[in-house]
Amino acid sequence: MTDLSAAPACLPRPRPSLLDPSDRMRRRNAAETRFRLYGLAAIAIALTMLAIMLFTILRDGVSAFTQASLSFPVELSAEVLDPEGNRDRAEMAKVTTIGYGRVLAAAFTAELGRRGIATDLSEKDIGALISRDAPGTLRAQVLANPALVGTTIDAKVFAAGRIDGFLKGRVTLDSAERDSNISPAQLRLAQQLVEAGILTSAFNWDFLTNPDASDQRPEASGLGVALIGSAYMMVLVLLMCVPVGIAASIYLEEFAPRNRWTDAIEVNISNLAAVPSIVYGILGLAIFINFAGLPQSSSLVGALVLSLMTLPTIIIATRAAIRAVPPSIRDAALGVGASKTQTVFHHVLPLAAPGILTGTILGLATALGETAPLLLIGMVAFVDNYPAAPPDGILSPATALPVQVYSWASRSDPAFIERSNGAIIVLLVFLVAMNVTAILLRRRFERRW
Amino acid sequence: MSVFMTLAAVLVLALAGYLLSRQRALATAGGNPRLLHSLPGYYGWNGAISVLVPGLALLILWLMAQPMVIEQRVAAALPPEMTADAASRALALADIRRVAGGLDAAVARGALTSDAALSLSAAEARATLGSVGVALGSEVSTTTLAAAQDYRAAAAWGAALRTVLVLVAAVAGLFRAVRQSHKDFRARNSVERVILWLLIAASSIAVLTTIGIIWSMVSETVDFFSKYPAQDFFFSLTWSPNFRGGSELGIIPLIWGTLYITVIAMLVAVPIGLFAAIYLAEYASRRTRAWVKPLIEIIAGIPTVVFGLFALVTVGPFLRDWFAQPMGLGNSGSSVMTAGIVIGILNIPFISSLSDDIINAVPQSLRDGSYGLGATRSETVKQVILPAALPGIVGAILMAASRAIGETMIVVMGAGAAAKLSLNPFEAMTTMTVKIVGQLTGDTDFASPETLVAFALGMTLFVITLGLNIFALWIVRKYREQYE
Repeated sequence: MTDLSAAPACLPRPRPSLLDPSDRMRRRNAAETRFRLYGLAAIAIALTMLAIMLFTILRDGVSAFTQASLSFPVELSAEVLDPEGNRDRAEMAKVTTIGYGRVLAAAFTAELGRRGIATDLSEKDIGALISRDAPGTLRAQVLANPALVGTTIDAKVFAAGRIDGFLKGRVTLDSAERDSNISPAQLRLAQQLVEAGILTSAFNWDFLTNPDASDQRPEASGLGVALIGSAYMMVLVLLMCVPVGIAASIYLEEFAPRNRWTDAIEVNISNLAAVPSIVYGILGLAIFINFAGLPQSSSLVGALVLSLMTLPTIIIATRAAIRAVPPSIRDAALGVGASKTQTVFHHVLPLAAPGILTGTILGLATALGETAPLLLIGMVAFVDNYPAAPPDGILSPATALPVQVYSWASRSDPAFIERSNGAIIVLLVFLVAMNVTAILLRRRFERRW
Repeated sequence: MSVFMTLAAVLVLALAGYLLSRQRALATAGGNPRLLHSLPGYYGWNGAISVLVPGLALLILWLMAQPMVIEQRVAAALPPEMTADAASRALALADIRRVAGGLDAAVARGALTSDAALSLSAAEARATLGSVGVALGSEVSTTTLAAAQDYRAAAAWGAALRTVLVLVAAVAGLFRAVRQSHKDFRARNSVERVILWLLIAASSIAVLTTIGIIWSMVSETVDFFSKYPAQDFFFSLTWSPNFRGGSELGIIPLIWGTLYITVIAMLVAVPIGLFAAIYLAEYASRRTRAWVKPLIEIIAGIPTVVFGLFALVTVGPFLRDWFAQPMGLGNSGSSVMTAGIVIGILNIPFISSLSDDIINAVPQSLRDGSYGLGATRSETVKQVILPAALPGIVGAILMAASRAIGETMIVVMGAGAAAKLSLNPFEAMTTMTVKIVGQLTGDTDFASPETLVAFALGMTLFVITLGLNIFALWIVRKYREQYE
């Protein structure tokens, strides 16, 4: 009671106009503005983070698509490369890459002399400008075509990773002082080579086609095996996951009686969608590799694991699409004498197809970007052989795009970080393409009943 | 006949089944399809199914059973010292399989004739197999070679028997179906019954997956606890695995790292996600919403390995150079803070879109009532909408937390690998998922507790995330009923 009697004394006198707000009203309005700003700030932070992330990836990754290479004539001297002189492949194979490396270094030094590029570096240091991958490539080229021996060919070989980094600004004269793999003198020579037009930088298709390369040769590594592995897995996921997912959704939406068993399946599916992906990796390791004895790091095992992981997503999307088909369609079909199965397969399913397709594409996009379970089934292993053509190829060791991102990111040479970012760009291009397709499909076929 | 050829033969028989059954059904109706019980195609499908189901079922069962039976027989014939325990038995059998496979490859490539393969001596075996690309670690012993020859003989015999039996089953199915095909036969019902069973089988795969997950982890976890005491695993404060033995495998430092990172992630994701959701649901115009919501959801579509690289290359060094080193809190790029912040960013769209749905589900009448009493928008949100939506939002936060706990790539690349119990957020710590990856990649020996501990960790992770999710779903479902 005291409150009531005291209250009028505390109330401020009514103001003459609403346009002249009281202190309290001003505070409330300020709180309102602040609250609104918090919301805007939250959105701004989220989008800024996204923008920073995409920007750093693009900034660091675009350069992975260009590569420095050296062009100079190489005399394939018969005395060194074919000591027996009979052009027999088995005999010539005895010359190792070290021999070819010497040939390249000598030819390169000779070219410098011819062009009048003065340098006081030794032949070994000059040869170090050439990628360690080049001798192997040249050897394969010569062994494939022994007639080349004795001729002079115009070789275009990768420059070493540090030289490539110099052209891209990653390696500088200062950093070369502290680097045991490159000296400032070599960089100055590289500068002269650029001016002479021997050292050029161009778009590098090999980044998309080459297999992975060892720690010493970042310039030769590429995404070839990873792209093939990812493609195999996506096709297999599509083949295994979509029929099963659609069949399961049809059963649950159209046929299943309401009982304990179907309730259990439904709860199961929603829980499976939330199981951490790495648990699927453990499942794959224990069941597909240790129990069923399928080969480690093969696309088949990867696809099986990804299928099980994607299945709940696809089932959830498909069920939503089937549910969106109005009951009147079913009633009409049943009314003209179709059986339940005919109704579903001839009428409901075609009408739900755009929704199913959209859900499937989005599910595949998730599967394409998934890494953790693939690490456990051995896909992180170093694979430098292309997998065989299908059907055998699905059992040969492969790797996947996101796994390649991870394995490059864990190497010490900064050139691999650049390639890791480049691989992400490739991955994101695929993901954007898939998502845009899904959105366009949805726009094109979306139907309101 | 190879598996592939057998499969092709079964498919050809199925096609024959389709055509013959359809034709015969039409013939019994005098060529008038209107006299048939079902559409002619159903008779055909019935024929094809009658061939495919027994043929394929037998083929698959045989392919699964044959290796087990043969290995049983071969192992029984081995001298007892080679099969004394499970590990040496598995090793001996792997050797035998490898030699047998190598001999088959040699015959297939024409390096050996099949007679020469049978009479190959143990001394030549390694060199011969090496020449076809099957590298063997050591010389082949006489026993292994003999067992491998047995293995090959049994496998060849099994393959022949398999082909015959599968073809017999398929042909029997074909005859049955063709005889059944009569104009009064209810072909559609029979085909639809098979379709229904296929649908049921497909939906059971989800349950089988769960059973597979639980079975694979429980069996290995039990194995682990038989080699390492459970109370040490759950209560020891040290994690120092050592593949030479004497490891300490206490889970507490890993749980601590996991929870610390999750808490930081939630501190980032919950305010940002929630405020973004409130703004989008209550303040934003329709056009802003149509643009901003998909933009935020892009974050959810980016693979986690991308966030991992972002943590490793950008966020980690930034936090180290601008916060950790100036404050004297350490100089590690990978830290709890790095991983926590990046996981937080990853979880923003998750929280914002779930909360957005929940806020939109609050009935408009509650808002109108609040506005009618003179409340401002923010007062309505704080005092009416959020309390009404609270259970749903808590559910969303719990689901996001369970995702943060199970997140792998970001912590593998951003949190570090040292298991520590420390309060310093700029120190590298590690989580359960990092250790699962660490213990299971590379060369692993599935008999040692250091490898098996990964399954126990996986089991713990599975139980925690599943528990959180079930709890969250329960809250969300309970809340949803409130306004319906």
